[in-house]
This record gives sequence, C-alpha cells and structure tokens, in this order.
Amino acid sequence: MRIVVPVKQVPDTTEVRMDSETNTLVREGVDSIVNPFDTYAVEEAVRVKERLNLDASITVLTMGPPQAESALRECLAVGADEAALVTDRAFAGSDTWATSLVLATAIRHIGFDLVICGKQAIDGDTAQVGPGISVHLDVPQATYVGKVEEITPGKAVVLRLVEEGHERIELPLPCLWTVTKEINEPRLPSLRGKMRAKKAEIRKLTAEELGLKAKAVGLDGSPTRVVRIFSPLPRAGGEVFTGEADECVAKLVAALTEGQVV
Amino acid sequence: MAEIICIQDQCTGCGACVEACAYDGVELAEGVALFKESCNLCGACVEACPVNAIVIRKELEATPAAGLDDYRGVWVFGEQHRGEIAPVVLELVGKGRELADARGCELVVVVLGSGMESACRELLEHPVDRVIYAEAAELADYLSGPYGRVFSDLVREHRPEIVLAGATTVGRSFLARVAVEIHTGLTADCTGLEIDEEGLLAQTRPAFGGNIMATILCPNHRPQMATVRHKVMKPAARSSRGGSIEKVEPKRKLVASRAKLLALLPEVEETINIAEADIIVSGGRGLGGPENFKLVEELAVALGGAVGASRATVDAGWKPYSHQVGQTGKTVCPKLYIACGISGAVQHLVGMQSSDCIVAINKDPHAPIFQVTDYGIVGDLHEVLPRLTAAVRAKRG
Amino acid sequence: MAQGMDYGLTETQEMIRDLGRQVADEKIKPVAAHHDETGEFPWEIIKVLADADLMGVYIPEEYGGSADGTPGMNMCLLAEELSRACAGIALAFAATGLGTLPILLSGSDEQKKRFLPNIAGGKRLAAFGITEANAGSDAASIQTTAVKDGDTYVINGTKQWISNGGEAEVYTVFAMTDRTRGARGATAFILEKGMDGFSFGKKEDKLGIRGSTTRELVFEDVRVPEANRLGREGTGFMIAMKTFDVSRPGVAAQAVGIAQGALDCAVNYAHTRKQFGKSIASFQGVGFMLADMAMKIEAARALVYATARHIDGGAKRPTKYSAMSKCFASDVAMQVTTDAIQVLGGYGYMKEYPVEKYFRDAKVTQIYEGTNQIQRDEIARALIKEAAGRKS
Repeated sequence: MRIVVPVKQVPDTTEVRMDSETNTLVREGVDSIVNPFDTYAVEEAVRVKERLNLDASITVLTMGPPQAESALRECLAVGADEAALVTDRAFAGSDTWATSLVLATAIRHIGFDLVICGKQAIDGDTAQVGPGISVHLDVPQATYVGKVEEITPGKAVVLRLVEEGHERIELPLPCLWTVTKEINEPRLPSLRGKMRAKKAEIRKLTAEELGLKAKAVGLDGSPTRVVRIFSPLPRAGGEVFTGEADECVAKLVAALTEGQVV
Repeated sequence: MAEIICIQDQCTGCGACVEACAYDGVELAEGVALFKESCNLCGACVEACPVNAIVIRKELEATPAAGLDDYRGVWVFGEQHRGEIAPVVLELVGKGRELADARGCELVVVVLGSGMESACRELLEHPVDRVIYAEAAELADYLSGPYGRVFSDLVREHRPEIVLAGATTVGRSFLARVAVEIHTGLTADCTGLEIDEEGLLAQTRPAFGGNIMATILCPNHRPQMATVRHKVMKPAARSSRGGSIEKVEPKRKLVASRAKLLALLPEVEETINIAEADIIVSGGRGLGGPENFKLVEELAVALGGAVGASRATVDAGWKPYSHQVGQTGKTVCPKLYIACGISGAVQHLVGMQSSDCIVAINKDPHAPIFQVTDYGIVGDLHEVLPRLTAAVRAKRG
Repeated sequence: MAQGMDYGLTETQEMIRDLGRQVADEKIKPVAAHHDETGEFPWEIIKVLADADLMGVYIPEEYGGSADGTPGMNMCLLAEELSRACAGIALAFAATGLGTLPILLSGSDEQKKRFLPNIAGGKRLAAFGITEANAGSDAASIQTTAVKDGDTYVINGTKQWISNGGEAEVYTVFAMTDRTRGARGATAFILEKGMDGFSFGKKEDKLGIRGSTTRELVFEDVRVPEANRLGREGTGFMIAMKTFDVSRPGVAAQAVGIAQGALDCAVNYAHTRKQFGKSIASFQGVGFMLADMAMKIEAARALVYATARHIDGGAKRPTKYSAMSKCFASDVAMQVTTDAIQVLGGYGYMKEYPVEKYFRDAKVTQIYEGTNQIQRDEIARALIKEAAGRKS
C-alpha cells in the first residue's frame, strides 16, 4: 500500500516581524520550515503504516525549488520512506489550481492508495490544494480530519472536525484526507532517521517527465493573479474605558456588538 | 513560462526586495537585484521596490478568454445545516447585493438540501432576486462529492460571473473542488470584495498568517469565486424583492457519493486548539493566581471561544503549555482577542497582534497592551470579567 | 541550523547538536520550571531522548550506540544543548553517562554486552557511586567495604548524594576490598537496582538542578557476583580517575550550556527592556557586562571542545586539560549567571523569571565530579610533574 504525503516548505510566518520604523514586514532571514500542518500529515502517515502493520510505504513529495529538498529530508528523518522533488521553473507562480494539478499529476505518476495532506499552508492559508488534488485524482475526500478511527487497505473511517463538533465519515480507498493539528503529536526525528535522511536519494520530477505543458502550470496556468501585496495598517491604540465596572462593560459590549465582533 | 525581471537601469541596489522576500529568492549582485531559483514569483518584491524596477512578465499576455461576457449574475452558496441556513449566508447576501448592483445583474442564492422550502422562502425576505434550490434526500447533509458535483453542474448550466460562499469547513472544502472541476479561480478567506474599474471582482485577503494583505483577480476564468469568513461582512437587512424559487432535481449520478456520513457528533469542545479558535480570552499574571483562570474560562465559554495564557502563567503552571500565546507559544489571529491581566510584553504581542479585534482589561492604565488594543478597560478584572460574562450571556439569550 | 562559531563539527556531530537543541527547545523548555518546582524525575524526557537515539551518543556502535568515533565530543555537544534548557533534566542523561563510563573504560566485553545496549537504547539509566558522608574530595577514605565470599562479594556501606540514585537501574559503585593497600585497595563493581540489601535513602532537597534526583545508596550485605566486578581487585581508584578524566569535559559542557542559556535570557531582556527612553542594552554598563559574559562563554566552549577532541583522539593522560575545562567552564557559569541576574535587576531576583534558576543550577558544577579546588590541585600537580620531568 502506498501513502503519499504532499508537503510544502514555507517561511516560518510566526517569525516574520514588523520593522517598527518603516512599518513594513521584514521577512529576510526567516527560517524555512516544513509547513506545520504537513508535519501532522507525515506523522499520521507513519501512524497509519504502523497500524496497518503490512507492507506500506510512505512517499513525501513537494513542488518547489531545489532548496525544498531539505524539507523532504526532514520528513524522511521522521519516518517517510521515499521522497520526490517536483521541480521546474515552469511551476513558479502557480496558484492553488495549478499547484493541485502539478501535485496530482506527480501523485498519479508515483502511484497511490491514500493521500494525506495538511489542512493548509501557513503562507497561503487557503486550504484549497488538498481538495483540488482530490478532484484531479477523482477520489473522495475528507477534510479537517481530526482522528482516524478505522483504517484498512479498502476503507477508512475518520472524524472530521467541524464547527459544531465532529462528523464521522466512511470513505473507500483510494481517497484523500486533509488533517488538522488535533489528529496527533508529530514525533521528533531520531539520530538514525536523520542519518538515513541525509544519505537518501531524492527522486526529481520535471514538467516534461510529468507530461505537463508550461502554459498549463505556473503563473500562466493560474486562474488567479495576485495584483497587489500590502501591509495591513499598523495598529494604533483604540478606545479605553475607565470608571465604574458596570459602565465600562456596557460600553465595551455595545462597541463589540456594533463592530459585529460578538 | 513567466519570468521575473529586474530593470537594471532603474535598480538602485537598495535591497528593499531582498528584505521583502521570505523565500530567499533574490540577492544583490554587482549592485543590482538578481533572482535565484528559489524565487516563486509571489510578487512581494514588486510591491516593495521603491523605483518600480521589478516586473513579472507572463508568457501569455492577458488576452481575455472568449465568452467571459456570457457569464452574468452573482451567486451566494446558501449553506445549511440540518435545515437551517448558516448565518454567514445573510452576510454574503449583503455583500452580494452590493456586487450585483455594481454589475447590474441578479443576486441568486443556491441552496442544496432536502425539505428546505420554507428556508428558501425566508431567504427571499432579503434582497435576493432568485433562489435556486437543488433538492435531493442525498443532499440533506453535506458531503463534498455530491455537493461539489451538483453545484458545478448548476454553475455550468447557469454561468454566474461571481460565486461567494462562507469560509466554513463546508464552504472551503467543497468550493475548492468546484474550482478545479470547473477550472476557475477561487480566493479563500476574503476580507474585502469590490468590483474594480474593469468590472472584475477584486478579492482582498490576508496571507502569511495575517502579516500581509493581498489583492487577487481572476481575469480570464469564470466564475470568479471567493469564500468569506463569518462576521467579516455585514448581514443584509430584510427587504424582499419579490423573488422566486427555482426548484431543481439533480441528476442521480451527481448525488451518488463514495463517502458516507455515518454520524454527527455535536460537542462542547473544552480543549479547543487555540490556533483554530475565532475568539480567544487570555489570562496573564494580573489574574493573581491559578484559581482566577476560572473568570477567564467562564467568559470564553460564554463567547464560544478558547482560553489562552501568557507565558508567565504557563511557566508558573497555572495553565498547560498548549494554551500559551506568544513568541515561544502559539501565534494566533482570531477575530477577537481579549487579554485579561496581561501587560503586553513584546513577546506576547508578537503572538496575537494580528488579531482582528483586540480588547484588554488591566488595572494599569500604562500597560503597553493598551497600545495595540481596539478597546480597553482599565479596571479590576475581578469586577469586570464577571460582569462582562453576564452581559455576553444576556445578549446571547 | 545553529549559528555561531564554526568548530569544524562532523555531520554526525552537527546532527547530534541540532537534534539536542530541538529536544531542548520543544520538549525540555516547556517543562523545566515544573520539574524545578516539583523535583519530579523527567522520565518523559528520557523517553524523548531514547526515541531520538540520543541516549547512546557516547557509546560505540557495536554496543548499540552512535559514538561514530567521537564519544567525548558527542557527549559534550548534547550535554551543552540540553543544559541550555535545563541542567537538572540534562543531568538524568549526563549522570547516566558518568555511571556508564567505568563500564566503557574498564569493563570486559561480556560486561559491555550485558549492560551497554540497554543504556544506549535509553531503557536503563546508570549512576556513579563513590562519594560518602566522610569521603568527598578525599575519595581514598571511603568506608564502603566489599568482602570476598567464594565467588561473590558482600558489600556494606552507604554512598551519599548520588545523582539518579533510586531511578537508575545500573550503578557503578566503589568499595574497599583491601584497606591495607590504601589507594590500591578499592575495587569497582556494577550493582543493579533490586539486588537484595540494596536500598535508597530519601530524595535530597537541593538548591539547584532540582529536576535531577539525588539520593543516598545503602548497601546491607549486598551480594554481588564476581562477574559484576570491573577490572581486577585494587584498580578501583584508577578506574575512578580515568573516568573523571573523560567525564569532566561533560560537566564543563553542562556549565557552558547553563551559561549560554542565562546569557540568552539576559541579552533578550536587555534588548527589550527600556529605561530612560532607551533599551538598557544600549547603556555601556550593561553592554560591557554582556560582552564579558559572551567572551567567557566562548572561551570556555572552545576549551571544552578542544579537550573533548584531545581525549577522543586517544590522549593518554588528559588529566590536566580535563580539570582545566571543568574548572574554567564552571567558574564561568557561576560568573555569567550571577551577572545575568544583575542584568535583569529586580526581575532577575524573582522566581517567575527563568534566570535565577540558571544561577542555582550553575553552582553545583563548581562542586560535583571534583570540586574546583581539587581541579586546581590536579592542574598544579600536573604542571609540577611536567617541570620535574623536563631537563633543566
């Protein structure tokens, strides 16, 4: 059984800071990390493999520049078996449509029984690539998975985390899941894992090998275009209420109600 | 393929592009910008360049695709749960009406479900021109396959130019499928939607964990689709336009599903992961002791939110680390963040300052937290919190 | 991953350091204050270290470890990273190292095969037992006896202040087999928790390293088989000295870690704390303090690594350098942590802030594994010996 986990190398957006003098974002020198939600996906893949206790293999793959290899090696160090780097200048500028096409093509090329994705990437924050892949692959999906209750080579029963609680969904394999942080606690790499990961050979896949034409992917293949990027206005202190507790609370509740916050 | 170019004559070698790039995609070489393989064409440097020396050139210049004008109408997905229309739908109707008026077209709400007739009629008590109601027993509860296929089929048939949906677990999951099925663009979690000078939908949304804003267009594909979070737009007031309900029966093969919904398990989640929460009430050292976290928790429950904690309280063992907000804890970006007895040290601010609305309650009027709040109360939280909790409960009935 | 001076680490050494740092930041930091407060033994961290294959970085591969030829350096790198987060918790690992060294240095192949794999795998912890109530610096005056009876030894006595006492399963214990031979009358034994007559005293309530457990060991007619004797009778003190030669850089590394952790706190604080309209780091008085702290730490670190390399390279008599590294680094740690509290001022004095813990933790590094007075003694003696040995 083959489990494929698409992962993304992203800048650590929690480390991005504001330059207080220019009020702009300073993103230089920010660490590149494996998208946190993807580490939960890799961990779940390893747990599924352990649970199934049969011949399963986990392949992690990423669409990115050559430096994304280090993200793949981090995943190998925690238990993935193989890694593939889908890399080509033609892919640069891909929006979620083009990205899901590229990844789905690569996944089909590698072969799969189960695809596990992280809920969303912390730089794009869209949560669209997972579902997009499942349509390109024409497999059923379960998003926001918080727990895998049952897994066999033929079917899975999962709990989706939704606003009101959970939904129990049964899906046949092959299928695709996107997972939330509720699902597990990712393990740290082991020294042996890191050594194995360092030596591992990473498969490279280009647009040509995948049969993808340049105009179907990358910026040209993306229905959406970013036309402007700007920093949100810096916060300035707002209203402060002083005086009797009852009065202050009343004013606060009124302000929050009017502002549609509660 | 597309490429990014530095117009060397204009480049002053100031390095603003290098600073703006989070992907290590550009460096300065011989005094001008040089793009590396790691550049992913995100465009942040284009914006940052003070002399407009950076250009992203697409191979296929935007020749508008044929037939785009055939797409007319603004659609709102009428999300429903167990027969009730989700509150976000009325907010989308409010915005949708604005967009429809700007485009001079009709506003349609599309409902998928079973036994939804009266809910559809209720929708028509708002400024909606038409409700399309796809009825099937299989559509009573959300399943991504049937909803995606039925909705895509309707879109192909009716050709709306704009589709809006709530950025809920339902909206985000299935609309992403629709976008791929139909081959069009989708922008998630929009905070701003306007029609621009060319009649296109300008979609503005946060990215990078809320640290930047991006405006996005979908120029050559239709419909232009966007999801919007609950409580971002104002709901439409009641005002009927005498609209009609168009009931359709989806083809059998569209509603067949490979996945099965086995059960719905409603829960009062006690340990909401704060990174996912829309509302967070946090406690700091000003609480005075671990037993006072109860005041914070009661307010959080009343608001339907999660409980956060400052590092000091976690280090002191008043709350587990999973609740810690700040530089060494979690970074959160909820709609509402209420800081109780938190002074506002930089390390804490870094973890929550991109929250939409920040409120602080602190007895020290000079506490740094008040520099980033939208609203603050200077007072004793032992008095303020119980009153605030009571007021919230009263409001919610 | 880590910044700082390039000490020419091998790939494996870098991995050990980076993984150690990850464990420290993600797993140890969040619970350090808790263990300092309650004194609970950090079993959950031992499990993390074991799962990460880190418990055996100083043990050769043939016995289940990952020494890769540089056990000393590996131990120092890991001890430093873990101590940066919490020296008390790090000690559960480091004291195991100390307790294991006699087996590594003087054990038979059979003994190594019997004990090392489980220790390397983190399944069993170890402890080193020489100190007694009346025998600290004067280790030769230990009173614990081991009397031969057929093919077993009967051990009687008590050991004091043993790190990991009561939690570890494997104990290397030093007892007198022949009082008449003085310093050549002690023998080292491997004892195991659960042996009849082997019990533990109460847990000590310490000033610092409170995340580690320190107990008395009590031996009442404990029968130990000959197969558990390390080396020949009478070689006990020699084994102990050889052990300290190798273990002292490890203590030094702990001290460097503690000092670095304290400096990081002090720098972060000085950078953000504003008084008189500016950050206090911009005042030279404070800036100079931070500079001195940083210099001392880097010098200590460089000395520790150089010593570790020297020993890994097979140096026959590293005593002088081992003693130097331990003495220098622990003195630096005490100075740096004292100054770190000063930089934080009032906040430094409050238990709510992590700096005072570093100060309390640092103190013991000047005391255990040979007080710094003993270290200086060793260095002086080595210098004199060298002078005497040189032709005039």
